[in-house]
Amino acid sequence: MAILIKPETKILVQGITGDFGGRHAKLSLDYGTQVVGGVTPGKGGQFFEHKEHRVPIFNSVHDAVAATGATVSVVFVPPPFAADAILEGVDAGLDLVVTITEGIPVRDMVRVKRAIAGRKTRLVGPNCPGLVTPGTGPNSHGGCRIGIAPGYIHKKGHVGVVSRSGTLTYEAVFQLTSKNIGQSTCVGIGGDPVNGTSHLDVIKMFNDDPETHGIILIGEIGGNAEVEAARWIKAHVKKPVAGFIAGATAPAGRRMGHAGAIVGGAEDTAAAKIAVFKECGIEVAVTPSDMADALLRAAKAKGVTLT
Amino acid sequence: MNIHEYQAKALFEKFGVPVPKGAAAKSAAEFDAALALLPEGPTMVKSQIHAGGRGKGTFTNGFKGGVKFCKTKADAKAMAGNMLNNTLVTLQTGPAGRKVQTVYFTVASDIKKEYYLAVLLDRATSRPVIVASTEGGVEIEKVAHETPEKIFKVYIDPAYGLADFQLRQLTTGLGLSSAEAKGAARLIKNLYTMFWETDAAMVEINPLITTPTGEVLALDAKVSFDSNALFRHPEIVALRDLNEEDSKEIEASKFNLSYIALDGNIACLVNGAGLAMSTMDIIKHFGGNPANFLDVGGGASKEQVVAAFKIILGDPNVQGIFVNIFGGIMDCNVIATGIVDAVKEVGLKLPLVVRLEGNNVNAGKATLAASGLTIVSGDTMADAAQKIVKLVA
Repeated sequence: MAILIKPETKILVQGITGDFGGRHAKLSLDYGTQVVGGVTPGKGGQFFEHKEHRVPIFNSVHDAVAATGATVSVVFVPPPFAADAILEGVDAGLDLVVTITEGIPVRDMVRVKRAIAGRKTRLVGPNCPGLVTPGTGPNSHGGCRIGIAPGYIHKKGHVGVVSRSGTLTYEAVFQLTSKNIGQSTCVGIGGDPVNGTSHLDVIKMFNDDPETHGIILIGEIGGNAEVEAARWIKAHVKKPVAGFIAGATAPAGRRMGHAGAIVGGAEDTAAAKIAVFKECGIEVAVTPSDMADALLRAAKAKGVTLT
Repeated sequence: MNIHEYQAKALFEKFGVPVPKGAAAKSAAEFDAALALLPEGPTMVKSQIHAGGRGKGTFTNGFKGGVKFCKTKADAKAMAGNMLNNTLVTLQTGPAGRKVQTVYFTVASDIKKEYYLAVLLDRATSRPVIVASTEGGVEIEKVAHETPEKIFKVYIDPAYGLADFQLRQLTTGLGLSSAEAKGAARLIKNLYTMFWETDAAMVEINPLITTPTGEVLALDAKVSFDSNALFRHPEIVALRDLNEEDSKEIEASKFNLSYIALDGNIACLVNGAGLAMSTMDIIKHFGGNPANFLDVGGGASKEQVVAAFKIILGDPNVQGIFVNIFGGIMDCNVIATGIVDAVKEVGLKLPLVVRLEGNNVNAGKATLAASGLTIVSGDTMADAAQKIVKLVA
């Protein structure tokens, strides 16, 4: 088990003919992920070829869903057209749309979020590394890799990872795998101020997933999503949880790379979030090198086995 | 992206947000022409820099106050001479201050009462929010903390837009007379339209004022824009003032590098925003001081690495460099080759600690070791951070 995606999940790549989308579609195919179609308006009928794979390209998400039975798409479409691509995936009735694109205007995301409220489709991202549910093969081959994360660093297992940052997720996963601790699913929710899925949404899914025994929650300065998640964890989660917040040294009012990583007031600083984590019983990683160890400490305290 | 007050007020006028009559001058030769556009009488002289706290600021030549009231236009002209081309230091500029390259003259309005008004994104609801308060001219954070009942908020449904009943909620909250409320409602509606149509990140008026004659005016204007949306607003891009930005940050943006200068002495070069932030944090954790935030992005090229080294070394405070790369997809050996080339090209003399992890890491480490350069290798982030802190101390 895992959350959101499984090894057999069929996925589409919106923007498969672009450099970025094409490169990562190949890596997902190499990982053993079921990439069953691509979508590029105007290029329907062509094929995306990679080694033994011949992935059909469609003009629309609707066409692709009808022909392939895909339930998930990943969006690599450039920022000016990304909002439209997301809405198309939602309109086609997908279960999940994962948006990798960085640099989508906030106003577009405000409109998208309003437009998809109440629809069955879940949006993850934008500006995120995507999701990985590791497989059982060598270097976790045979899993479902959606987005841009390095698949090979994963290992199938029982820790859920949720993060706004790509490289910090990889850092956490690498530490876990190095200690022979596998992951159920790793979810990058993205670094933008308006995103489809929050830390809390993912925490709830990990809490309900019997195969997930422990959780690493990685956050950063800006907004209150980590605080919201931490308070819910305190009230509802029995599983061990470790947390890390990036940006303790970031100057106020400056955007630290991620559009959402900006300190606006006293409550969205790293210090404030770390204080809430501690208050909510989350084991805090003192440095990013300490994330896996922090989870081990939390698991030991609760008598939970992670491997 | 930020703009100056005089530019923001020109936008306000375009969208029907009333402001006191004003005119800007970029040189002493323009003072007369600018003042000729204003009626004789009390005049404000306002230094134009992208930083708050101007009124309480001090110029490096000792002159106090970046915003001044003058009884006549002749006084205003003399006052402007004290400001133009001088450097103003405020609480927000840092000790270096900012050079005033534009002076803005406005009619000095009679003030009945000061209010606060802003439009920004509310992250919790993913909707725009309008914030208004009866307490204008002071720090809104302070008001929110001490007297939250004096702050009124309405959240805008992007599918419908700002509704009239929400305007009534705001003007009632502010306790305006019916004549004032009419003007204020029009002003707020137009301000919201401007926020939405220009892809603004924040629009703030502090203070918004009422006058004894019943007018409602924006006395100040602070506007910033969503940089992700600038591609569809060439008219906003044209307002960018490079003099207000760090030259190293401008240089970095040309190479798609995200760089922010800090005041420490250990430079960082990292891939990914989250890892870059936490690299600064871990330096601080082990007793060092980061000199910058620098994210080279997910697919850094050799050219980017070389450019990054040059930008880092452009900061005279830098005494050591910490390269922290988690090469998930990108080949660590390509990065290592880029680092070696960059170090040779810039003739680096400072201590350099490199922590490489990920794809093809052993080849990358071998490349660093075989380079003949004194590059210290760190195994984990914590190990590498401790090494660079020790080397620089």
